[in-house]
Amino acid sequence: MLDEVKFYQTGSKTIGNRLLNPSMRAEQASIDRHNTLTSGHRACQGCGEALGARYALDTAMRVTNNQILVCNATGCLEVFSTPYPESAWRLPWIHSLFGNAAAVGTGLAAAARVRAKKTGSNVVPRVIAQGGDGGTTDIGFGPLSGMFERNDDVLYICYDNGAYMNTGVQRSSATPPAARTATTQLVGAEPGAEWGKGKDVPLIAMAHGIPYVATATVADPKDLEYKIEKAMSYHGSRYIQILVPCPLGWGCASNTTVTVARLACETGFYPVYEAEYGKITSVRKIRQKQPVENYLKIQRRYAHLTGKKADPKILARLQAMCDQNIKQYGLMSDDVPETVPTAIQAFERESNI
Amino acid sequence: MLEQIEGSLGIAKAVALCRPGAVCAYPISPQTHIVENVGKLVKEGSLKDCEFINVESEFSALSVSIGASAGGVRTYTATASQGLLFMAEAVYNASGLGLPIVMTVASRAIGAPINIWNDHSDSLSQRDSGWLQLFCESNQDAVDTHIMAFKIAEEVGLPVMVCMDGFVLTHAFERLDIPEQELVDKFLPEYQPKEFLNPDEPISMGAMVGPEAFTEVRFLQQRKIASSLEVIERVSKEFNALTGRNSGGLLDCYNCENADVKLIIMGSSVGTAKDAVDELKEQGINAGIISLKAYRPFPYEAMRAAIGDTKKVVILERAFSFGARGILYPEVMRSIKGLDTQVNTAICGLGGRAVLGSTIKGLVDYALNDKFEDELTWFDIDTDTLNSYLKDKGISFPQGPISEKQLEASLKGAKA
Repeated sequence: MLDEVKFYQTGSKTIGNRLLNPSMRAEQASIDRHNTLTSGHRACQGCGEALGARYALDTAMRVTNNQILVCNATGCLEVFSTPYPESAWRLPWIHSLFGNAAAVGTGLAAAARVRAKKTGSNVVPRVIAQGGDGGTTDIGFGPLSGMFERNDDVLYICYDNGAYMNTGVQRSSATPPAARTATTQLVGAEPGAEWGKGKDVPLIAMAHGIPYVATATVADPKDLEYKIEKAMSYHGSRYIQILVPCPLGWGCASNTTVTVARLACETGFYPVYEAEYGKITSVRKIRQKQPVENYLKIQRRYAHLTGKKADPKILARLQAMCDQNIKQYGLMSDDVPETVPTAIQAFERESNI
Repeated sequence: MLEQIEGSLGIAKAVALCRPGAVCAYPISPQTHIVENVGKLVKEGSLKDCEFINVESEFSALSVSIGASAGGVRTYTATASQGLLFMAEAVYNASGLGLPIVMTVASRAIGAPINIWNDHSDSLSQRDSGWLQLFCESNQDAVDTHIMAFKIAEEVGLPVMVCMDGFVLTHAFERLDIPEQELVDKFLPEYQPKEFLNPDEPISMGAMVGPEAFTEVRFLQQRKIASSLEVIERVSKEFNALTGRNSGGLLDCYNCENADVKLIIMGSSVGTAKDAVDELKEQGINAGIISLKAYRPFPYEAMRAAIGDTKKVVILERAFSFGARGILYPEVMRSIKGLDTQVNTAICGLGGRAVLGSTIKGLVDYALNDKFEDELTWFDIDTDTLNSYLKDKGISFPQGPISEKQLEASLKGAKA
């Protein structure tokens, strides 16, 4: 039986609308897109990371006239894209280790400059280092901070799916509170990930005073493409963190990747903004505010929060977290926050006392 | 040009003569003076087209080097001891990726107990990492070996660790012959990477390899490193033809003809041993020294030839494999399989304890007069202190000439 045909073009606020003026369409809507991460790789159905990587790198390739070198941390993206003897990458790409993508990026950037100088070329390839949240916020954090501090000419992209998915969904410092992972199971007095833990790497990146920091989601390719293009217009260290839902780890249907990412944005759960030299310069406003429950209920990692046995207090706490984000980042106001927001963990810890 | 300079400065100058494109630095004693000097050469502009990068850890030092080497430039870094262990994951990665990085290891003990002085436990801990490991006898040997190391690394397509004794060499001021730039340029042409990350010809490096091909990859890696035996010999001969100096090589024999006993030694203790052997010769005692230069790849054939028909061999080992024994011993035994040679291992010179002329003479005495009670002997140890601590059986090794005891004795002598 054929699925019912849906027409998105009218009366909706979705993006990627094919009736839009071509200049307003996402690059991904074009047949001319580079397909940097080409088809045939082994990502799961609905993989948000594969989407995010292709969106980001296609734009980076376009804006640099294909002068991109990529180094990849160990993780899903590396494993599913390069099982020997195959490779899904249509650009120069290296995988070294789990925790050193930022440092390898520094080396690549230095080599690119030196080679250009030695050969008398005025084209210097640009470097992108990328990894998942585990490789970025945990094991690769030292090298990442070192790269920021030196302001090395590298764009670091973190594909944030909030856990170590490649090893089987274990908690990372990017795992949200109350989320089920294999190491924060739904048992005990505080089921799921504990409250008041975790690391806000975009804010930490901003504290390094680097030229450009941004967050984005795979629900908004146009916004992501704009941020990549903007990041490539700067030299020095840049950091972009992209929310990439993981259907397997989050327990959501593989056709809901974009929906879940959009709800993370529309609930205030995942503030999407950009910052230049440590100051927030723009915030993606919430279009249609959703209660956090709508975000949680389509993910099995939060099944304990929305079922009949759910503890309404935890749900309220998560809603308060979203509200705090909306307030701090001005997600529903006309202004851009004048002061740098405080990490949400501080709010969690303070309200715990 | 002859100069009276610190070993570390000599190494820095040698590295600069090789025109690296990237040098990465993180401070750890005793390699600090090397990278400090390279940094100065870059900053003052005498080492051109080179980026000197101060990083936040040894793990990043080698990771940045991996990136730079994969990016197609000649790359150098240096470390020691804890630093080498901290970067261990990247050590294996660099060789697996086949990147011709040259790294100095200013050999130093590993803690606990923390100890900054020289032995070989750091470099030998990475013996299975797939790097070539070249040991240096003297600062001149180290200067020359560094220049050769780049050539060997780039020809073989593997990284090279140049192991020089920390402090004993790195901090010693000696007369060094630093080659002219023209000579080095002739010996070591501009780096032409076999493959590197290049937008014009995109490649993927560092793919995941499963059970279907992993063993084959390892086989090829072993073949590659085994082939470097020939490269090391050839490059050393070429360097010798240019400079007249007998540096590098797989191993070097001293006074080995008709020797009644041969000592196998790595690193700076060889110099002390040569003097001791000369003194013994005056007394009519014939002892030879086999200075092992290439530890990885291990030169089994050259070692067998060097030992020849000598009936007694003593290995001076400055590291230890806990739960097993000396680290060099099994390699030497494999070289002389089938030969009727008595081989003993003496563990000495750990954590900076000096290997003295008396140590060498003592080992020769032990071998020639059959004083070894076991395959393994701990030599030059403070038996008195150990026995006061070991309440049970105690040990029967003779008291060694450790420096504090010697000092006490000389003070007593002076008072008397």
